[in-house]
Amino acid sequence: MSEIRVQQADFDPGEEIAKLGDAGGSTGAIATFTGLVRGDGGLTAMTLDHYSGMCESEIAAHIIEAKRRWPLLAVRIVHRVGRLTPGERIVFVGVASSHRQAAFEACEFLMDYLKTRAPFWKLEERASGSNWVEARSEDDASVKRWQ
Amino acid sequence: MKLLYFAWVRQKIGMPEEELAPPESVNTVSELVDFLRQRGPGYEAAFRDLKALRVAVNQHHSGFDAAVGPHDEVAFFPPVTGG
Repeated sequence: MSEIRVQQADFDPGEEIAKLGDAGGSTGAIATFTGLVRGDGGLTAMTLDHYSGMCESEIAAHIIEAKRRWPLLAVRIVHRVGRLTPGERIVFVGVASSHRQAAFEACEFLMDYLKTRAPFWKLEERASGSNWVEARSEDDASVKRWQ
Repeated sequence: MKLLYFAWVRQKIGMPEEELAPPESVNTVSELVDFLRQRGPGYEAAFRDLKALRVAVNQHHSGFDAAVGPHDEVAFFPPVTGG
């Protein structure tokens, strides 16, 4: 059981967690990650561009891979697009499994792949102007540990 | 062929997507890039440094040596920064 949503609207992490818990009686662990817009360095807003269709298929491919590696009962991924301001939620990754280790690891795995493979791009706005965020080599290093 | 441009690639080229019929000599992404570069200064600027660019063919991450044909969807974009 998995759900992928790419949307402008905000999401409710509590509702996502509740739905992860509906996966059945053998669920013993739910691990989640929620990413927020960080307002440091004078950031006033962030606009997320995305490749509709490929976003969903890339995320789906990584959910299949995560399910191959860990015994997952449910996965829910929500990624927002459009213009967001500091403090707003950007992304949610949640996984349910019987045990905590699989849930923690699969959540990190999915987040690392999302950051390095899913076609989203961030445009940062500051008083001085707008800049596209450059990819970080630390993110590439994070994903290598799963290879 | 359907071409899509994202992030600063879209801004430099000045449009999000277009339909093009490249010459028959275009059989790979690299050859497509060489053809596009001749279409104007925006394209030239977008394709100046291929190390800064990524490509997807039919919505799959691909290399610049990947084959492309008239019915393919080819997207050009910088390294992704979501999450």
